[in-house]
Amino acid sequence: MPNGTIAAHEEHHGHHHPALQHHFQDLDQQHEAATLGMWLFLVTEVMFFGGLILAYTLYRIWYPTAWALGSEELNIYLGGFNTIVLIGSSLTMALAVRSAQTGAQRATVGWLLFTIALGLTFLVVKFFEYKEKFELHHVPGPNFQFEGPQSPHVQIFFSLYFALTGVHALHMIIGVGLMSTLTFMAYRKRFTPEWYTPVELGGLYWHFVDIVWIFLFPLLYLVDRSHHII
Amino acid sequence: METTVVESPVNYINHKHTVASWLLTYDHKRIGILYLIVVSTAFFLGGIFAALIRLELTTPAGDLLSADVYNRMFTMHGVTMVFFVLVPAVPAVLGNFAMPLMIGAKDVAFPKLNLMSWYIFTIGFLFTVTSMILGGVDTGWTFYTPYSSQGSESNVLITGIGVFITGFSSILTGLNFMVTIHRMRAPGMTWFRLPLFIWALYATSLVMVLGTPVIAITLLMLVFERGLHLGIFDPRLGGDPVLFQHLFWFYSHPAVYIMILPPMGVISEVIACFSRKNVFGYSFVAFSSLAIAVFGFLVWAHHLFVAGISPYSALIFSFLSFAVAIPSAVKTFNWTATLYKGAIWWKTPMMFVFGFLGLFLIGGLTGLFLASLGLDIHLTDTYFVVAHFHYIMVGGAIMGYFAGLHFWWPKMTGRMYNDTMGKMAALLIFVGFNLTFGPQFILGYLGMPRRYHVYPPEFQVLNVLSSAGASILAVGYVLPLFYFLYSLKFGEKAGANPWKATGLEWTTQSPPLAENFPATPIVTEGAYAYSKREMKVA
Repeated sequence: MPNGTIAAHEEHHGHHHPALQHHFQDLDQQHEAATLGMWLFLVTEVMFFGGLILAYTLYRIWYPTAWALGSEELNIYLGGFNTIVLIGSSLTMALAVRSAQTGAQRATVGWLLFTIALGLTFLVVKFFEYKEKFELHHVPGPNFQFEGPQSPHVQIFFSLYFALTGVHALHMIIGVGLMSTLTFMAYRKRFTPEWYTPVELGGLYWHFVDIVWIFLFPLLYLVDRSHHII
Repeated sequence: METTVVESPVNYINHKHTVASWLLTYDHKRIGILYLIVVSTAFFLGGIFAALIRLELTTPAGDLLSADVYNRMFTMHGVTMVFFVLVPAVPAVLGNFAMPLMIGAKDVAFPKLNLMSWYIFTIGFLFTVTSMILGGVDTGWTFYTPYSSQGSESNVLITGIGVFITGFSSILTGLNFMVTIHRMRAPGMTWFRLPLFIWALYATSLVMVLGTPVIAITLLMLVFERGLHLGIFDPRLGGDPVLFQHLFWFYSHPAVYIMILPPMGVISEVIACFSRKNVFGYSFVAFSSLAIAVFGFLVWAHHLFVAGISPYSALIFSFLSFAVAIPSAVKTFNWTATLYKGAIWWKTPMMFVFGFLGLFLIGGLTGLFLASLGLDIHLTDTYFVVAHFHYIMVGGAIMGYFAGLHFWWPKMTGRMYNDTMGKMAALLIFVGFNLTFGPQFILGYLGMPRRYHVYPPEFQVLNVLSSAGASILAVGYVLPLFYFLYSLKFGEKAGANPWKATGLEWTTQSPPLAENFPATPIVTEGAYAYSKREMKVA
């Protein structure tokens, strides 16, 4: 019964990297497992947002006028500004990963802090956008108000607007939390060119959240801004 | 060729004793046991609801439960059994326990995440139990809108949140399993040396990872719709209730494959071991699991044939629903071919396999009736549907789960249960099951709708038969609880490999060491290198 015969497979008990967990053979295996895990997680995220975007698509096809009316209510300047902020944060994130990879530990901390600052900027701007919607009674629910016969359908638009941007903002908040942890770890000089997996995975997550916004901005803010169609 | 396994008195069960060492464990084997406890609790809870349903239906009048209470009973039976028993049973209990052992790994890729999944699962279950204590839900396990979002006065919110939370446990387990199978295999464990149970778990994980997020977001929309009356699913405000059905079944039909694929994997393991043969057409069985996972995503709208979808899409979904039967048929034929000229060893796990084969065959073939557009209009929402999916889920999935539990129990606990009692349980379940659900096919064909607590008197004979069957079934399900618990203390010592099975999990002691193997195993041959001459055991 050769299968399962315990061959003389030396477990090396020599020098272990402090980050190596006991159930992995080596850092490579650990890194590959973690990376695959993160990619799979992002796939689940695509499906998660996908359900909402399906609902969005259906109702946009059914109620194009309401979609145009609702979209016009959104503040395109704040939304556009936030788009630039997030794209910038993806650059700083990429530079943080690069710094970790080359062992530039101080630069890693710096770029991570920069990324956090841009993330917080996004959230603050988003907060003011939401605040404006509350004041205008554009938040779906019992207090929703919108002039005209399209009102119920515009409410569906705003429901999906809040669902999509709300879930996205939640991801941003979690992202800022992750970045703070990474900054702390980088500050403690935990990352070396040999092992910087968490920075890389944090980067994957951050870029994903960024890409979601790249889709949300045109879907929500840029539906139809030519007045004469309506 | 018995290998000598050096037995260490220390194993994963007795190396630490405190409650904290269980509740904070990262050991996949202990986490499997934790799941076993919660899933078994849910199983008996769901069973009590089922018993009340069958008791009510012994007479045509609604004399035991009011219509409202009856609605709550079948809803909570469905919610408990689907989300807290069928979905987690084989992957989370048996998969967690056996999968890393079977691929020669020390643990799953992310042990902390694995423990977290159990906590998420348990918190979701507690939410659902809380909603039951507060009076339960009456929407049916499908939570169809607009009734669930507006009409129902029951605890839809808490149950919805409970199921939403539990979904994440499923997503994270699937993710963990996929990474583990990709990255943690022992040296020499190539993809085509993997046991078929691992292939089945891999296919299942794919469905969990791709499907579950969609039900999560759907339930979230439902919760907000109910709380704030947004109009997303409300036709009066321009919303579309059928959209909810599409989103719901986009997960919930593939979820049927989450329930049935892992037990199919168990069947492959057990049938090879107790026929002392390689599984016939290994790669066909392996790829049919993947085919089921992929096709399973393309058939959901067959639940909507009467919901007013376009006849053209109905035609396509009908065709695809027929197509998904092909990989299941491939498996069934290959298992049967595995038996051919095998040296069949009549032990409890094998009894459950035979039960599975018979019941799954009926469940699968009656599914084809429902995939036919014309017949489906007659049979939708009748007892025919109820009987069909119970043949798949209980006759198939639970039978397979029991086969696996009886197969790996000696490995999990180091003890043998009473084989005669096990065979009796298998027989009682098989007979009781057919008596319970067989008559329901006829009832459905004759037009008895599901989800009513009263029915015309001419249906009584068949309903009484069904309830009588359910009581036999109940005995069959309770029996293992006793002989399993008895075996923990008084069972014979199992030894490393009581079934003379191939597979890495049988090369380490029972119960295994905390770190699974004394040293990383090296694999040099396929999963089912059985030889019939080795049969002369027991």
